Amino acid sequence: MQLMDSSHSNPMSLCSQADSQRTLYPYVTGTSVIGVKYKDGILMAADMGGSYGSTLRYKSVERMKPIGKHSLLGASGEISDFQEILHYLDELILYDNMWDDGNSLGPKEVHSYLTRVMYNRRNKFNPLWNSLVLGGVKNGQKYLGTVSMIGVHFEDNHVATGFGNHLARPILRDEWHEDLSFEDGVKLLEKCMRVLLYRDRSAVNKLQIAKITEEGVTISQPYSLKTFWGFSAFQNPTVGAEGSW
Amino acid sequence: MDLNAPHTMGTTIIGVTYNGGVVLGADSRTSTGMYVANRASDKITQLTDNVYICRSGSAADSQIVSDYVRYFLHQHTIQLGQPATVKVAANLVRLVSYNNKNMLETGLIVGGWDKYEGGKIYAIPLGGTIIEQPFCYWSLITSPFITGSGSTYLYGFFDQAWKEGMTKDEAEQLVVKAVSLAIARDGASGGVIRTVIINSEGVTRNFYPGDSLPLWHEELPPQNSLLELLHSSSPEPMNV
Repeated sequence: MQLMDSSHSNPMSLCSQADSQRTLYPYVTGTSVIGVKYKDGILMAADMGGSYGSTLRYKSVERMKPIGKHSLLGASGEISDFQEILHYLDELILYDNMWDDGNSLGPKEVHSYLTRVMYNRRNKFNPLWNSLVLGGVKNGQKYLGTVSMIGVHFEDNHVATGFGNHLARPILRDEWHEDLSFEDGVKLLEKCMRVLLYRDRSAVNKLQIAKITEEGVTISQPYSLKTFWGFSAFQNPTVGAEGSW
Repeated sequence: MDLNAPHTMGTTIIGVTYNGGVVLGADSRTSTGMYVANRASDKITQLTDNVYICRSGSAADSQIVSDYVRYFLHQHTIQLGQPATVKVAANLVRLVSYNNKNMLETGLIVGGWDKYEGGKIYAIPLGGTIIEQPFCYWSLITSPFITGSGSTYLYGFFDQAWKEGMTKDEAEQLVVKAVSLAIARDGASGGVIRTVIINSEGVTRNFYPGDSLPLWHEELPPQNSLLELLHSSSPEPMNV
């Protein structure tokens, strides 16, 4: 055990003794999660892939889970850290229920709790390697927020993590509007998920769509999307320029 | 998203000889980091009328190597007065790869048919080694070569599925199945499957779009939308 003079040493090396369990880089990761507000509550979509580097190792990973009565949490990033977060939230909800006072934690509170957890871990250089989407409805109020692995948090009408920020949000900015119906919301999310399937290397063609309303949470069965490859340009792309791609 | 990352074809490419010629196969994904820059690329490129090359690794490097070799082979064909052999084409590729090994990052498969040796496949991995499966008995060679990132998923498959003396259709089915399996598990491979069959009669290009490929473990049949699934599971009440 080294004794370090804290005023001169590298702040990273002070942590080295307590280094035993740090997420230095992710191993099994989930890709984008997208969330939108709609007429009755929140709709969220995520595929079921758990990638191991560039290998699509696990294809039935549920990346969206209900939290308490009023919230739905979707996560991208390291799956083991997501499972740890679910464990913390389990405890949080348990203690909340034990009060037995007729009150229950709403999405805003859960989001705030997650923000504190993520930010404090970041400050200790031991982040939970996830980007989270938290959505819910309580007493008629819809709430949709996001927290990143460094504690950046905000709420909006539509949020996404990872590649979804680059590929899905522009579509949502164009086509989202207040009071979307369930059907329109699902079609919009599917449109975004299809683009992600074409253009994100870690996307997998098996997804779930979850909805949360005042009544409760429903997570759909896993299903796959049809893809389109029928452009004539795809048949013979190099016909004008042999040797290109 | 690192859009300045080099374009690579983390890829699955396959070359298989059969009784009478060769079948070359490839996926169609070109990535820039984690972004799919081209989902329908053509990785099987023509060098001469009877010799084609499958490209993997850096898109730029593999294109420039093919371009140089096509240029040399063109001049060689004129000087020779007849079509170049697959062996010459492969060795030219090897020379370019080997002599520039510090700068290039590309794995290639050269396949074709010529009148002297029939169908032949040569693999030229990073570094510029050239590998050709040697003759077996008197029947023509049937030997698979698989390189590219998706190929690690295929060694076991080929160990089990490979047999001597396949027909043209069997060989093509094998190639399509193999690329499809690699696409299922390799994030760097995807899109459509392109095959090129080369024999004494000429060259045939085939195209297998992503939605026509077989489904593997944990994959589900594609739907138009979740809404269709929801509506079909609650059937209309019967009217008497």
